[in-house]
Amino acid sequence: MSADPPVLRVRNLAISYQVGGAWVRAASDVHLTVRAGEIAGLVGESGSGKSTVALGVLRYLPSNGRIEPGSEIALAGNDLTVRSRRAMQRIWGARMGLVPQDPAAALNPSLKVGEQIAEIVRQHDRLGRGDARDRAVEMLGRVNLPDPVTLARRYPHELSGGQKQRVAIAMALSASPDLLVLDEPTTSLDVTTEAAILDLVRAQVSAAQAAALYVTHNLGVVAQLCDRVTVLYAGEVMEDAPVRELFARPLHPYTLALMRSVPRLGATKRDAPLPGIEGQPPALPERPAGCVFEPRCPLAIPICRTKPPLEPSESGRTVRCHRWREIAAGEIALPEPASPLPALPTSGRNRPLLRVDGLSKHFPLRRSLTQILRREPAHTVRAVDGVTLSVPQGQTVGLVGESGSGKTTLARMIIGLEARTDGTITLLGADVPDTVRERAQSSLAQLQMVFQNPQDSLNPYLTVGQALRRPLIKLARMSRAEAEAEAVRLLAAVSLDEQVMRRYPSELSGGEKQRVAIARAFASDPALILADEPVSSLDVSIQAAVLNLLARLQAERDTAYLFISHDLAVVGYLADVIAVMYLGELVETMPAEALFRPPHHPYTEALVAAIPQPDPARPSAETRLNGDIPSPREMPSGCRFHPRCPRKLGRICEVEAPPWQDAGGGQWIKCHIAPDDLTALQGGAPAEERE
Amino acid sequence: MGRFLARRGVFLVGTLFLTTVLVFLLTRVLPGDVARVLLGRDASPEAIAAKREELGLDDPLIVQYVGWAADFVRGDWGETFASPRQEIRPLVTERLVNSGRLALLTLAIALPLAIALGVVAGLTEGTLVDGVISVLSLSVVSLPEFVTGLFLVNTVALKWRDNPIADALGWFPASSAIRPDLSFRDALPALWLPALAATFVLLAYVVRLVRASVIEELKKDYVRTAALKGLPARTVIAKHVLRNALIPTVTVIATSSGWLVSGLVVVESVFSYPGLGRLLLNTAIDNRDLPLIQAIVTVTALIILLANFAADLLYALLNPRIRLG
Repeated sequence: MSADPPVLRVRNLAISYQVGGAWVRAASDVHLTVRAGEIAGLVGESGSGKSTVALGVLRYLPSNGRIEPGSEIALAGNDLTVRSRRAMQRIWGARMGLVPQDPAAALNPSLKVGEQIAEIVRQHDRLGRGDARDRAVEMLGRVNLPDPVTLARRYPHELSGGQKQRVAIAMALSASPDLLVLDEPTTSLDVTTEAAILDLVRAQVSAAQAAALYVTHNLGVVAQLCDRVTVLYAGEVMEDAPVRELFARPLHPYTLALMRSVPRLGATKRDAPLPGIEGQPPALPERPAGCVFEPRCPLAIPICRTKPPLEPSESGRTVRCHRWREIAAGEIALPEPASPLPALPTSGRNRPLLRVDGLSKHFPLRRSLTQILRREPAHTVRAVDGVTLSVPQGQTVGLVGESGSGKTTLARMIIGLEARTDGTITLLGADVPDTVRERAQSSLAQLQMVFQNPQDSLNPYLTVGQALRRPLIKLARMSRAEAEAEAVRLLAAVSLDEQVMRRYPSELSGGEKQRVAIARAFASDPALILADEPVSSLDVSIQAAVLNLLARLQAERDTAYLFISHDLAVVGYLADVIAVMYLGELVETMPAEALFRPPHHPYTEALVAAIPQPDPARPSAETRLNGDIPSPREMPSGCRFHPRCPRKLGRICEVEAPPWQDAGGGQWIKCHIAPDDLTALQGGAPAEERE
Repeated sequence: MGRFLARRGVFLVGTLFLTTVLVFLLTRVLPGDVARVLLGRDASPEAIAAKREELGLDDPLIVQYVGWAADFVRGDWGETFASPRQEIRPLVTERLVNSGRLALLTLAIALPLAIALGVVAGLTEGTLVDGVISVLSLSVVSLPEFVTGLFLVNTVALKWRDNPIADALGWFPASSAIRPDLSFRDALPALWLPALAATFVLLAYVVRLVRASVIEELKKDYVRTAALKGLPARTVIAKHVLRNALIPTVTVIATSSGWLVSGLVVVESVFSYPGLGRLLLNTAIDNRDLPLIQAIVTVTALIILLANFAADLLYALLNPRIRLG
């Protein structure tokens, strides 16, 4: 143990925001310690105050925010709370760096990326223009960007999302800061890219012996990356512990509940419903005076109306709960979720409801004037290319793949928002025309959609009641009075109160809005609902409740889902059949049970390997994909996956499109490697994963 | 880049063609017989018919248009209808030069002022400074040009004229009758009051635009990134914020320069400034002088289109996200 002060020491940090004239606490009594070479995780859901704390540590609060007196933020022993903004300018960049959440927004769109790095070292290390430029190129190389000399002359919009985040990391590291603050740096990225960025963060922090504060809502990322974890809720520290101990033995009911909300790899709706957390985090001015988690805590007792202290529990851990001793001793535990799912009907198991045959969408590229004059045919982007898929009645087909794989275009063609280039769609045995305009009312009623962002998919000028009545009257042909009664029933089905009828979307939380969107989709009693990333924008505790809701409604109404997600754990939980899509075509289809045991298409294997497991004892596999998903403009020859494939055989993969191979049990893999060989390559014996 | 220019060029020529066709048709459907206007009320029907024949007014419209367009391109813009009949081209080019000088001076005054005020207002959003700038620039623009113009003429020019120093400088002529052979420098005393009046019209618009885009850019994440690099505040503003905030302004500047050349009728009238706008209104339209109207409108359209072309080009050059392909 060295006697040096830790790189970051935060004591009694309290931050307030001025809201409508009054100052309200956004964070209070926050304690953090981060040492050199250590990555500390700051975990919480939206509204937990994690970003406020991160910005407070950086002394970069918005103009309506202030750090309360008595707070201490010490960087290598020097208190920052007393520094002026001018003094902070010498610390920002040089001794503290920020890696932002959304690199696309955080880079200046009209400056070349090299210059955006060079200006930091010119400022802090007093380098000349040429030296600074060289340093920028060197930094781009250090974060493993290919061809850094050329890349330095590019503008941010010319880079992929993962490349932009690498640039942002290079930027934050360029003046060798002591402390790196990372604010959800992988939230907007694909899992495959996320895994690569996490590798990079780990390597860079260890190489630079910097301290890192990693802010995230993703427990998997924390488990895989951090040394220590601080769990925040409603602006207060609930629990703080070394990562292994926290995941092995959480002491706070909130930590326990949060961990249970995340679908584990291999957990499915057939085993048990996901235990979410009832209620919502309190709004800023309405935080309880006692324990902030008390209103949602299943273990709350009367004493919890008083504020518990943040006290040391076991070695090197702190916890803020009146009942942590009972939890530690195993005397109390969270109750098992009350209502198990109703038995899933098996009647329609093999009756295809929707059949998609050879479905394609080719977008023509614009031709230049000379190309038109020379009568050259237009080149096309094959966004979806000959997809054949069927969805059985009452079942969920999960569709996974990175962004750019064509998942959403496929869904838009099925729902009729996009005209197809080729192929047929059959619903209940009848042919479905191209677009919504050509479709009969009955087929519109049978097919509904839930979008990713309920914020955008609900009309802000219609009350919930109006939004629900419309499909009932137009598609289900109900009278006004019937529609009114049915709308109330629908709301009840998605666990919302009748009073929500008169509210506008802006008066609802994100989870409530998505419930309304789901209720609206169910209004016309559809046979199939297309759900495009319906839980991606929700917090895990709320995501769990929405997933349960979808599973329950499916069981009750025998509705089929085509469920699109980039989150394999979520798909694995909800789906009966999983289809994996890459660059416009399917590469594997399988029953959901097969997801976590080989054989797999190498792409599926890489997707599974990239998921950060919420368990520090199970490190993610080392399989990483090379580079980013290529643009469909430059479609690779042969197997479309060959340029990134870690299991590429050789020339055959480059020249010949792979065949579909039967892996047994309803699993099909489109690969040149035989399924048995894949099994052997991918670690053979599936026994451990099965049980 | 070449393709971008080519595509824009084709677009420009096409628009110009449509504009001239429209103007041509409009002048032809205006009520009133040109021949009668030229010959006076008492002209005999035979004389009018002969005049119409002479002017080619009885030919099919397409023949008239093609004839006019071909002549125009060749540089033969014809003569005015009104007597004394004058060559149109020298008349229009002389006025164009005058209008161009006024536009140039207006931009030279208005732009730095408006951008500076807009940036300051944007940076101090919600404060007293912002309020004062916004209220002042708005109240200036809400006064019609003839009010601000007359105010300038009456207070500044007429009152200060008797001041011996001002008189010696010759800087306050109430009327801006300038001769075409003056150099820009010599014409300056006559130009600056009308330019000031025109500035008032333009000012609030540009101030508000710049202010809004500065406020919008300040909210973006990259500003936080730049500040957290430890760059001094003025670098963050000048290098990061303004680079993005001024891009939309460029378009407006280029577009309004077209309007400045041809649209300052009121300002020109108040100061009796011999610009293109006044030529169109007082000479051409009053006399129903078709060839003159056509020539002026065509020249104006060309200027506005070129200004927009320049704006597109500049925008694309400044904004790396626009693909010049």
